[in-house]
Amino acid sequence: MNSIETLIPKIGVVTDIRQDTPDVKTFRVVSPEGGKLFEHMPGQCAMLSVPGVGEGMFSITSSPTNKEFMEFSIKKCGCLTGWLHAMDVGQQITVRGPYGNHFPVETELKGRDLLFIAGGIGLAPLRSVINYVRDKRENYGSIQVIYGSRSKDDLVDYQEILDEWMNDPGVEVDLTIDNPQEGWDGHVGFVPNYVKELAPSTDKTVLVCGPPIMIKFTLAGLKELGFTDTQVYTTMELRMKCAVGKCGRCNIGNKYVCKDGPVFRFDELGELPDEY
Amino acid sequence: MLKIAIDSLGELFGKIASAQTLYIPADRPDGEAEYRKYEPGMKLTGRLNTVRSAKDFFFPQTESLVDFKVEGKNIEVIDPRKECEDFVVFGVRACDARSFTILDKVFLADPVDSYYKNRRDHGTIVTMACTRPAETCFCGTFGIDATAPEGDAACFSDGESIFFKANNDKGQRFIDSISSLLEEGDTAKLDEVQSKTREILKKLPLAALSTENFGGDKLNEYFNSDKWGELSESCLGCGTCTFVCPTCQCYDIKDFDTGHGIKRFRCWDSCMYSDFTKMAHGNPRLTQLERFRQRFMHKLVYFPKNNDGEFGCVGCGRCLSKCPISMNIVKVMKALEEK
Repeated sequence: MNSIETLIPKIGVVTDIRQDTPDVKTFRVVSPEGGKLFEHMPGQCAMLSVPGVGEGMFSITSSPTNKEFMEFSIKKCGCLTGWLHAMDVGQQITVRGPYGNHFPVETELKGRDLLFIAGGIGLAPLRSVINYVRDKRENYGSIQVIYGSRSKDDLVDYQEILDEWMNDPGVEVDLTIDNPQEGWDGHVGFVPNYVKELAPSTDKTVLVCGPPIMIKFTLAGLKELGFTDTQVYTTMELRMKCAVGKCGRCNIGNKYVCKDGPVFRFDELGELPDEY
Repeated sequence: MLKIAIDSLGELFGKIASAQTLYIPADRPDGEAEYRKYEPGMKLTGRLNTVRSAKDFFFPQTESLVDFKVEGKNIEVIDPRKECEDFVVFGVRACDARSFTILDKVFLADPVDSYYKNRRDHGTIVTMACTRPAETCFCGTFGIDATAPEGDAACFSDGESIFFKANNDKGQRFIDSISSLLEEGDTAKLDEVQSKTREILKKLPLAALSTENFGGDKLNEYFNSDKWGELSESCLGCGTCTFVCPTCQCYDIKDFDTGHGIKRFRCWDSCMYSDFTKMAHGNPRLTQLERFRQRFMHKLVYFPKNNDGEFGCVGCGRCLSKCPISMNIVKVMKALEEK
């Protein structure tokens, strides 16, 4: 049986910090002896902390197929994230996890054509799945990624998208930004509208993550196109402290986002009170 | 049944306390009762129950989880946990005894909370049957028999003697450890006291309160009820109900810099507080209505849905007597039931 030794974290060393956007950095974390702190599945999260500052739940953005390190893409938006953004390579932090369920990559998603829809930092949890299915290409059908951000500069993982995903013959990437910008000759417009314009096949299984307002309009658009709740997955974020379903903070209805989520199918979400 | 004369309770407490730490409900200077570590001469309270519930013994209001030493870029993680010493809590009422099985469903569910389990393993609960229940009592609503409490061992008073009954092996070991002070006694008067108490329980003002209209399948029926506005209107969000509640277990985790190290501790928190769910991107429960609703929906719908119909309330009545605006779970249940 597991035990809540899980509240006692491990030490992680930050070995690389990449400035993705003006307010998003991606941190590479390994154990002090080198190598990953633990194995995870795509969509799972970990509690990162800076002792004395606080602890917070972040999705693990690297794929489990990466055997050397874990990565976390973190937007600077509060006290802990501000501290994380201010640190230098070599800094130790604490890590505990992995927590929560994961995208059903080995079951429901297997053999399916996959459509990923992300907005802004919402790409972080989906990147783990995208790179997982790219590494296990033979197990999945087509892969389409629709990703948008406020501006070109706010696209997270832009270099990886350009260098790897767009050069991967099995992956279609459709990028969009909210407003026209010098040096951008791609699509301009909000993600939900772009999804409707692209009108992806309703055979696809959809994984969506982004700001709540984007998710809301995207889901409405998908339904107009003929998608049903049972083919759309998302990953949720609520305040968490314990990460093991006991502190009560992320409780919605009879579910705890930390342990019953963060991944939910929209038909499951529909059964919960609208409190997220 | 083994018994001891009430006059000899001091001797009994002395014997228990010589072997392990003993806590008993005792009078406070303000006339209310609280659990205190037994010292020679201390008397068992005459009050029905303590202001604070007995959950503190297993889930204290604050406790250290982990310590850190930070030097430059390096962190040392220090596990502060120690094996708990054996202790006895004497005089727990039936309502509070049931609260432990409810807390167990949270803290002993996988992954087990080792801090809680450590105390649970080392604590012996000796309950005391009620003889004079209060008007705020409604434990019967939740299937609790105040005259036959759970716990490891149960005590029953007939006014002259205290009788002992083991409810499990731990309770039997406790009774064995004090058997030199006990004698076999006749329970005729005790049976009389018990049936009298049962009659009182039947006539309590809240005796008719029922859970039949509550449970895991009532989400849609009650979540959008138009009663929540009126019910929560005067709620101050003070959290008193959650702090005196024997089954409320929401907690916070925070760090404290002692000047020579960082202590990460947990402390009780309340879903009634405005920043309980507040995060950088917003707050899913912005109004007191939503926070108030969460507390009662959790106890009456969400918790039973996850725990085979068990409710998150034991009818101890503490929230009835302590809420500064006189709002409580009984009023909520009655209002929701009205069609």
